[in-house]
Amino acid sequence: MAAVRHSLAVDLEGVRFPLPVLAASGCFPAGREHAGLIDVHRLGGVVTRSLTYGPSKGAPTPRVAETPSGIVTSVGAQNAGVREFLVEELPRLAKTGVPVVASIAGSTMEEYLRVASALQSEPGIVALEVYLSARDREHDDLPFYARRDVMADVVGSVSRLSSYPVFAKLPAFVPDVVEAARACVRAGAHGLTLIDAVPAMAIDTRTLRPRLGSALGGLSGPAIKPIAVGAVFRVARALPDVPIMGVGGISTAEDAVEFLLAGAWAVQVGTAALVDPSAPAAIAQGVLGYLKERGFASPADLRHRLRLDPEALA
Amino acid sequence: MRRVRAEILNTRKLGAYHSLTLVAPEIAERARPGQFVSVAMPADRRFVLRRHFSIHQASRRGGWAGTLEFVFDPRGPGTDWLAESKAHQFLDVIGPLGKAFAYPRRLGNCLLVSEEHGSAPIYFLAQELRARGKRVDLIVGASSEDHVFNPIEAKRLSQQIAIVTADGSLGERGRVEDVLVGMLDATGAEVVYAAGSRRMLRAVAELCIERRLPAQVAVEEQMACGLGICQTCVIPVIRKDGSGYDNLRVCADGPVFNPARIFWDRWMGDEPRTLSTPPEGFPVVSAWPR
Repeated sequence: MAAVRHSLAVDLEGVRFPLPVLAASGCFPAGREHAGLIDVHRLGGVVTRSLTYGPSKGAPTPRVAETPSGIVTSVGAQNAGVREFLVEELPRLAKTGVPVVASIAGSTMEEYLRVASALQSEPGIVALEVYLSARDREHDDLPFYARRDVMADVVGSVSRLSSYPVFAKLPAFVPDVVEAARACVRAGAHGLTLIDAVPAMAIDTRTLRPRLGSALGGLSGPAIKPIAVGAVFRVARALPDVPIMGVGGISTAEDAVEFLLAGAWAVQVGTAALVDPSAPAAIAQGVLGYLKERGFASPADLRHRLRLDPEALA
Repeated sequence: MRRVRAEILNTRKLGAYHSLTLVAPEIAERARPGQFVSVAMPADRRFVLRRHFSIHQASRRGGWAGTLEFVFDPRGPGTDWLAESKAHQFLDVIGPLGKAFAYPRRLGNCLLVSEEHGSAPIYFLAQELRARGKRVDLIVGASSEDHVFNPIEAKRLSQQIAIVTADGSLGERGRVEDVLVGMLDATGAEVVYAAGSRRMLRAVAELCIERRLPAQVAVEEQMACGLGICQTCVIPVIRKDGSGYDNLRVCADGPVFNPARIFWDRWMGDEPRTLSTPPEGFPVVSAWPR
């Protein structure tokens, strides 16, 4: 039997990660106090928390409510602003050599552009991820993804400005995720991150109040995994040449393999990394084990392995 | 912070509370009062977040060396599961987490105020303060007798004690706030520490601001990671120069804060969003006594 050389490295049309598993936005322990908690060399990359131009105080508390197999959260992009990030956080990350995907947010189109432009030519950054669930102050505080023209405008403008490849992060519940993905790619996105947290709510029946300070939040965790796998599958079939990072409820290597079989080029781990910061590394190891056991050469190999009955989608 | 697989050495029931003692020398050696541990839930993913518990006891010496005890009131998934756990079972534990209470160097009279499970870290603190030669007096409050955490231990730790229950089933009937002024006067307290409900902590804060007494309180806010990553468990804390406030993480910047700098109106108010800046001339006791 010919020996198969297994490699975990992935190439998303020029954006290379040494391993197929990244820490999702806002779920990587980047503080000085976290040194020693995880080994970044066992991570494919790190997506930063969503950065706004100035400091943002975020949403009112409580910001989290646990629900069956998931959490509903609303942090409201609390962060110290992109300049603080460039001074305080990025140099430390860059020194480790881990590929950094900078997540950008804003309350206006202009803010997205200012954040994206502040991040240009910084060592360590390999791509931008555009967070589109932020509220658009110029359009009735609707999320940017809610109107396809506005969304495409933001993604297109950032892509034109940026020297880095741009990934648009979409929720599954845009009117049609395939059309939304297509609009982002047409506007200039290099790739897609699927999916963002699912719009959700939890209510305390004892106090008659929403369990989150901002009432509505986003559901993440194992509860949304099948939704995410479905979205990745649909978009990957429609846009087979567009790199997709799959995210949503991945907590085991099997979960990650499901995303890769559905058509993702790499995956991100969010909620599970908050519970166990070493989860992304363990999941990457598990993916390697799966590849060896099944005799597949690489994570990319899995994209073409889904056995789909031709009549399944008829 | 260390992450360990810790064996449960002992479980016991104390009134309404459950207590777990773990063998976790790496954590116990470093643990100080006010800090907490984070415990992973079962792998079946029905409920995903770790649970966070104040450290009640960390033994560095003697027969219990290397052990760590925490206490909880089983309410809901997670704590119910933990209440069922048995000795020799293993738990995935991270700790010690958060900032501990500071000890006063010169001042000697300490009034410690706790409610419900807030007593667990407060008794740990009482023990450490006594070991440093401080006088410790206690106010312990709860809804009813079975929720007064280990009253015998409380009596052993304190020179003077007031126990208060809402239904009068143990000690005086009422709230902690009702006996606060009396105890401050009776004990000549120079420093106040507290852990319990926001309502009580705010009352402590207001009294300490009025009397210019240094104080430290341990607060609770809904936590997701407990490790300082997710920015979920924040509370508004007024900047030292009074120029505004920042949302600080209870898990990493706290859980112990100077109550004079907590922006209570914003944290607890009915319409917190309308309060964007602290009131003019907000009194701040910024210096911790050396």
